[in-house]
Amino acid sequence: MTARHGTRPLPNVARENGERRAGIAPRGESHARILQAIVFTLFCITLADLSLLATAAHAEKLAVASKNFEENRLLAEMFARIIEDRTEHTVERNFDMAGTQLCFEALRTGAVDVYPEYTGTGLVSILGLPSATDPAQVLSTVRREFSRQWDLIWMAPLGFENSYEIGLRKDLVEEHSIRSISDLAPFAGEFRAALGAEFIGRPDGLPGLESTYGLKFGDVRSLQQNLKYEAAGQGEVDVIDVYTTDGHILKYGLVVLDDDRSFFPPYQAAALVRGETLRRLPEVGLALNELTDLINEDRMRSWNLRLQEEDVTVEVVAVDALNELGLITSADAPRSTSTKDRSVWSYMWEERGPLFQRVLEHLGMVGLSLLAAVALAVPLGLFLERQRGAAEWVIRAVGVLQTIPSIALLAFMIPALGVGAKPAVAALFLYALLPIVRNTFTGVRDADPEAVEAAWALGMTPAQVLQQVRLPLAMPFILAGVRTAAVINVGTATLAAFIGAGGLGEPIVTGLQLANNKIILSGAIPAALLALLVDGLLGVIEHWTQPKGLALDR
Amino acid sequence: MTSSKPAPVVELDEVCKQFPDGTQALGGVTLHVSHGETVALVGESGSGKTTLLRSINRLVDPTSGQVRVQGNRVDAGDPIELRRHIGYVPQNGGLLPHWTVEDNVGLVPKLLGWKSDKRNARTRELLELVGLAPATYAARYPKTLSGGQRQRVALARALASDPELVLLDEPFGALDPLTRRGIHDEFLNWKSQLDKTLILVTHDMEEALRLSDRVAVLRTGKLEQVATTDELCSRPANEYVRGILGRHWVGA
Repeated sequence: MTARHGTRPLPNVARENGERRAGIAPRGESHARILQAIVFTLFCITLADLSLLATAAHAEKLAVASKNFEENRLLAEMFARIIEDRTEHTVERNFDMAGTQLCFEALRTGAVDVYPEYTGTGLVSILGLPSATDPAQVLSTVRREFSRQWDLIWMAPLGFENSYEIGLRKDLVEEHSIRSISDLAPFAGEFRAALGAEFIGRPDGLPGLESTYGLKFGDVRSLQQNLKYEAAGQGEVDVIDVYTTDGHILKYGLVVLDDDRSFFPPYQAAALVRGETLRRLPEVGLALNELTDLINEDRMRSWNLRLQEEDVTVEVVAVDALNELGLITSADAPRSTSTKDRSVWSYMWEERGPLFQRVLEHLGMVGLSLLAAVALAVPLGLFLERQRGAAEWVIRAVGVLQTIPSIALLAFMIPALGVGAKPAVAALFLYALLPIVRNTFTGVRDADPEAVEAAWALGMTPAQVLQQVRLPLAMPFILAGVRTAAVINVGTATLAAFIGAGGLGEPIVTGLQLANNKIILSGAIPAALLALLVDGLLGVIEHWTQPKGLALDR
Repeated sequence: MTSSKPAPVVELDEVCKQFPDGTQALGGVTLHVSHGETVALVGESGSGKTTLLRSINRLVDPTSGQVRVQGNRVDAGDPIELRRHIGYVPQNGGLLPHWTVEDNVGLVPKLLGWKSDKRNARTRELLELVGLAPATYAARYPKTLSGGQRQRVALARALASDPELVLLDEPFGALDPLTRRGIHDEFLNWKSQLDKTLILVTHDMEEALRLSDRVAVLRTGKLEQVATTDELCSRPANEYVRGILGRHWVGA
């Protein structure tokens, strides 16, 4: 416990700040300046560690995570607010992480301290145990196993269940007299299903449903939650997975089918917390306990509906909800950021402060990852030019990194790097390697062979040939590689939102949740402009560093 | 040493070269080149003429046999140092495209650590020699020059540190016939002014006969004949030599 103490949670933040500072430093700086930045960052980390030791008895920074759907985010925001209100600790919000696996890994490895989870998910998806029907029995099983295996504690349930259910279009229900999932099974082959990506993969999702009921849908596609309802409402699909507490079920004319074989386990919502955090900071447990049994299905559904329909932020609903529950009497309800009846541009202007912050985060991650990639990839490319035999294999291996899906890559990195900016920067770094290594290698290898030969023949040393001939001649290629990597990274950095690292992906993910195009565009437009800007800027640098005698080539 | 016969500048003794892939490029070549001589190495592609030239400045290391330059075994010293004191003109000039004409010519003096005043003076002198007015050409980049001008710059570069020996690898091979003819005449003019030892690789017998004092004919890594130009024309050693003379000889 004490070993962890010195490294969590404050130093993480300091380290991220340090990284960003180094990351937004202007490119093309001398090595000395870069070195300075690194030394300064290390210095900050040390300082933060020391200051933590001095203030450990007082305020700490806790990390609260959420999955990427409204209800989970709302609950996480309520956790965060009640912790902030009842204790002197501050909360870092790692919201919108892409799914159960990322959240759980982050919690298990100590990257975050708490997130809202559901008992059935814990039982079937995480523990891999068979489904059960008795809520009390499921709760006691997950409590016992999570505590025993990972020292993770299920707090008392919040008071509602949010089960998976199967919704079918009303006209089909009437046409085929379908009441239960068993009734549905014979017709499944004719139906088109739109299901959440996670549902399709989870044992308590589609695979278990198929084997329990012996059904097979004619067509299964993965759709984001809000889009599923739209699609069903317009008759594009017939069957979707829904949540009990979802506000949209009635609105889109869907009927929830009876789970007559009790396939879905009970999904009681509760805070899942690290045992170590609770023992060290018991006041956090006391604060979270105040929510016990206060939230019933109707309340949750009405809050969810507000989030889906009213165009308000999670923060607003969270404050209202805590007020409604009588837990806080706060007057500082955040201002509403309604986007109704406003153009994208006026919304973006209104949000310029936070958006600018996002742009800085975005640039910081791109800059830092690119800097690190250049520092590794250029020397590697030069080395491979001397070791041609190994070149093909190394470049192929670096290419394979490129093919790893970003969410998988992020999940792999949580145990080592936690959540937030670090794993995002690491992923971007790996994606940036290929274009730079490849261009450096081929640029240096294919540098004007006659000039290289003459340089040898007239008595240049190997180092002189490299520095004065091969490298300058390869420079345009190397910079073109860096440029490609930078533009790819500006786009790919939106994935950082999956792991709570902010950036311009944040409004995109939030907008997708809320099916709000204006919010999506408020992230997508600056991201696109940033890509153009970075491309243009590096184009200028590329032109500028091009050896003069080669300019006629273009 | 008698004064009548100057000591050879280049001595190649029983030089053999087998490449790692098994190709036998040179099968025991012996050739001595005296001070002030111009010797042409002539042969078809694959005859070993370029390999032989490159063994002199150690761009190629022989498998066996000995190479001496100015009496010293080349494999006994530092190849970098050796190359800085031997001039070299490759086929297409091999100018560094990102350096100006001036910088290209001053390359070896710079490697040797000459002061910039001395370097500049030498560069100007050489550009004048090869017929490129420094005021016009010194600051230009190779891309802006014609093929003939590039070869002149390459020649000036080879002469920059005033080496005793200059190696030329098909120096005029890529030029059009008219330009080549003109540059041949100038080459003979420079040669008479400079008192250098020159070894020239060419596949063009006419060029060899025009420019050199002696011709060494190579075929599949072996010398067929080494003779003065007159002797070669009047007494070709065998059918092969007679053959390539016949194909190329357009003399009176």
